[in-house]
Amino acid sequence: MNISLLMGLMIAVPLIAAVLVAFCGRNPNLRETISLAVGAVLLLVVLALGAADLSDSDNYLVLAEPFPGLELALSAEPLGVLFALVAGFLWPVTTLYAIGYMRAEKAKNQTRFYCAFAIAISATMGIAMSANMLTLFVFYELLTLSTYPLVTHQGHDDAKRAGRVYLGILLATSMLFMLPAMIWTWQLTGTLDFQPGGILTTELGVGTLSLLLLLYIFGTGKAALMPFHRWLPAAMVAPTPVSALLHAVAVVKAGVFTVLKIVIYLFGLETIKTLEVTHFLAYLAGFTILAASIVAMTRDNLKKRLAYSTVSQLGYVVMGALLGVATGVLGSSMHIVMHAFAKITLFFCAGAILVAVHKTDVSQLNGLGRRMPLTMAAFLIASLSIIGLPPMGGTWSKWLLLQGTLDSGLMVLTAVLLISSLLNLIYLLSIPVRAFFLAPTKPLTVPHTAPPTAAPATQQEPVVLGDEAPRNCLIAISITALACLILFFVPDLLFEHVGAIPL
Amino acid sequence: MTLAQQLPMIVVILPLLASPLCVIAGNGGRAKLLMLLVVWICTAISVQLLSQVVDSGPIDYQFGGWEPPWGIAYHLDLLSVFVLLLVCGISALVLSGGHKIPQEVTEDKVSYFCALILLALSGFFGIILTADAFNLFVFLEISSLASYALISMGKDRRALRAAFQYLIMGSIGASFILVGIGFLYMMTGTLNMQDMSERLPALTDTSTVRAGFAFFIVGIGLKLALFPLHFWLPNAYTFAPAIISALLAGTATKVAVYMLLRVTLGIFGINFALEQMPLDRLLLILGGSGVLFASMMAVMEDNVKRLLAYSSVAQLGYMAMALGLASAAGVTAAMLHLFNHALMKSALFLAIVPVVIHVGGFHLHHLRGLGRTMPWTMAAFSLAGLSLIGVPLTAGFVSKWYLLSSALEQHLWALVVLILIGSLMALIYMWKMLEEIYFKQPENPNAAAAEAPIQLLIPLWILVAANIYFGIDTDLTVGLAEQATQALLGAHP
Repeated sequence: MNISLLMGLMIAVPLIAAVLVAFCGRNPNLRETISLAVGAVLLLVVLALGAADLSDSDNYLVLAEPFPGLELALSAEPLGVLFALVAGFLWPVTTLYAIGYMRAEKAKNQTRFYCAFAIAISATMGIAMSANMLTLFVFYELLTLSTYPLVTHQGHDDAKRAGRVYLGILLATSMLFMLPAMIWTWQLTGTLDFQPGGILTTELGVGTLSLLLLLYIFGTGKAALMPFHRWLPAAMVAPTPVSALLHAVAVVKAGVFTVLKIVIYLFGLETIKTLEVTHFLAYLAGFTILAASIVAMTRDNLKKRLAYSTVSQLGYVVMGALLGVATGVLGSSMHIVMHAFAKITLFFCAGAILVAVHKTDVSQLNGLGRRMPLTMAAFLIASLSIIGLPPMGGTWSKWLLLQGTLDSGLMVLTAVLLISSLLNLIYLLSIPVRAFFLAPTKPLTVPHTAPPTAAPATQQEPVVLGDEAPRNCLIAISITALACLILFFVPDLLFEHVGAIPL
Repeated sequence: MTLAQQLPMIVVILPLLASPLCVIAGNGGRAKLLMLLVVWICTAISVQLLSQVVDSGPIDYQFGGWEPPWGIAYHLDLLSVFVLLLVCGISALVLSGGHKIPQEVTEDKVSYFCALILLALSGFFGIILTADAFNLFVFLEISSLASYALISMGKDRRALRAAFQYLIMGSIGASFILVGIGFLYMMTGTLNMQDMSERLPALTDTSTVRAGFAFFIVGIGLKLALFPLHFWLPNAYTFAPAIISALLAGTATKVAVYMLLRVTLGIFGINFALEQMPLDRLLLILGGSGVLFASMMAVMEDNVKRLLAYSSVAQLGYMAMALGLASAAGVTAAMLHLFNHALMKSALFLAIVPVVIHVGGFHLHHLRGLGRTMPWTMAAFSLAGLSLIGVPLTAGFVSKWYLLSSALEQHLWALVVLILIGSLMALIYMWKMLEEIYFKQPENPNAAAAEAPIQLLIPLWILVAANIYFGIDTDLTVGLAEQATQALLGAHP
């Protein structure tokens, strides 16, 4: 199969979906069918790319040439394919979930929602496939802008304020730091291509390289490295499917993916290793891991807690990338996948709880396991995966990351990882424990903080075992939770791609 | 001589002659039609001239066959036809968009309105094409006088005061330029720019030449609204009829930037203007402070037209700064931004025209809820705004890229930071408006805020499409800007 055709399709298919969705706004059933069908098509395309031989000579697609000698171009490499596979697989699943969720919530402006969602996926695919830093930057900004209407979907003042923080931090970091870093790189080396071994050599001097690395890493606001992490909790005001796919998978993973790309293909591990500033950044990532975990423990709002957990987990990936050793990079790449599946499951569960019983806070979840056993079981599985316990997929990535810290000799970071696992244990596992072992503090049928728009139906319905979220949501939850399990037993699928990354 | 060889003359003379015809044509639709016809013919001619210059090099045109220094000559090089096409194209689009809208101008003044627009355009075209310094002054006065009158036609009575303020400042500027020309004529004995530039290098040590240079720069700085000589501009743009704000934002200041480029680089030469004289530092400092100050004013401003006007002052600051870098990259960036900024600002002002007419005002609160009532107009406004911020895939991003690289090339970090902060502030003031448009409920839901007519939407979206097109394919803009820079700087190695 022709690789450049596949890459073109990956960008075009979601865009076509956006256009079709916009035209079918009047007919919700048709609109949702299109979303699902296009999602399936995209998945097939991505799978085909995953199976293709990347050493093929036509693995390069030029979209445009905005500056002389500097193209907007796509080129597939193992890490990007892996990222595309994750996003491509989770998009249809999330769409399935979103259909159930948005209808149960009777959300407004659903057409705009699906439209912006599709554009965001297209941008994500563009990031995954970009052949050079400029292309990545363009799609990166496009992703920020296309997710803005999703974050502010509800349109109230909170959403508007969150939107400001979201856009402010993401655009400001990329414009203030990443853009000048990119132009500087272009002037120094005359290329922005992602090349195995990197384009920035040690001949440029330690000072220049250190400054560039700082600009690049802080410029990637989407990686939520402290102190530029505030946008992620703010974005939780969005509808849950958005938090699930975009703020647990596409957007944040685009951030850490960018960090990995910069480390592997712009600097190269050999160069990164020699810089003092790399250690500083790795320690900063370690600090982010711990600080975010501690903040997560204090958050009672479930989505906020998950958001801080995401900040912490992104710290893992950034840290792994900056260890300067191969195992670190491998661990980071694996962690992108493992965390994606686990965190999307957690968010799906949070949304399911919101739809079914209109609860948003952890302290309200006592005894919920009786009513929503499937949801809470999935929550348990995903929590275990994030903590990194067998038999869940997260075990492998955490193992590799630990080994990476040992290889690099930064023992402090080994300790950070271990402590962080304990903290994860506390703030994540306490939730299913409450749900399964504690008795409900109040009758479950009375909504604790029912939003004014909430359907009063729940008040009349008796408590029944298995009175859960809409079926679509449950299917989606089951798929992603199962994936967490399966990835433990067949990690070879991932190792194949990760191992092929030229280091 | 064939007609084709007369084109440089026709493009200037045609609007000048059509102007009185507009008055004769009367206040019906005929005056407007005549104006549009003339503007589009000029655009067609400028396309033809551009292709001629690209194909076969600069064109020299002599009026009546009189050779300079006796006669008046026109010199058409890449820079001038590039700017000519820009000014023609922008005015053609803006005027086609505006002519169907019930004007803010009373019905009995429409013919004068059209006549004045043609006069102003004729002046602009003359400034762009002429190779004669005194001729430059004459056309400058023609265009300025017409602009004062146009601005005073705004409905708000404060328009008169704004026009008067502009008249005073503009006249001071013009007199300074005239004094500058006089000094140079005294020293070189010629008014032809090419002759001047050949004779000047020998005379650069004299204080007369230096004083002439200073007079020139101050005069042009006034016309250009270079900080701190900018204060007439926000008032003028705010109170002028909306369509005139759109027209002038894309043309008048751009012509002034062209004059600055032509005088500093074309007449005095980069060595004298930017290296011997301290103009480079001056432009860097004034441009930089202009960017900061005007962006800050825009962030705090509640009046949309004034906000956009301050944004224009800031963007002109970028161009001045880029020229102040005194490098080929800087000059290219200035030219590129001149082009791109004309595209975005005229689109923004044009999108405001129906707001002024349908909603009845141009304060922030008038924008409330327009995202629902005027979706297409506001979508265009938002896209042009993104271009102003400099989001990738828009023309603004290309400008920013070249501005930043030209600053980085000389390791001027303060400048890099300044440019970035400027674009961050653009983000803030644009978003202030976008939030009103998309998040707020309309103030008075009964007010008939309807979508703008299709006659406005088409040119508006052409401008927006141009913003996006020139953000992706820069062969034309960057290519021309680079060649024009080489031609300008090459003359004075």
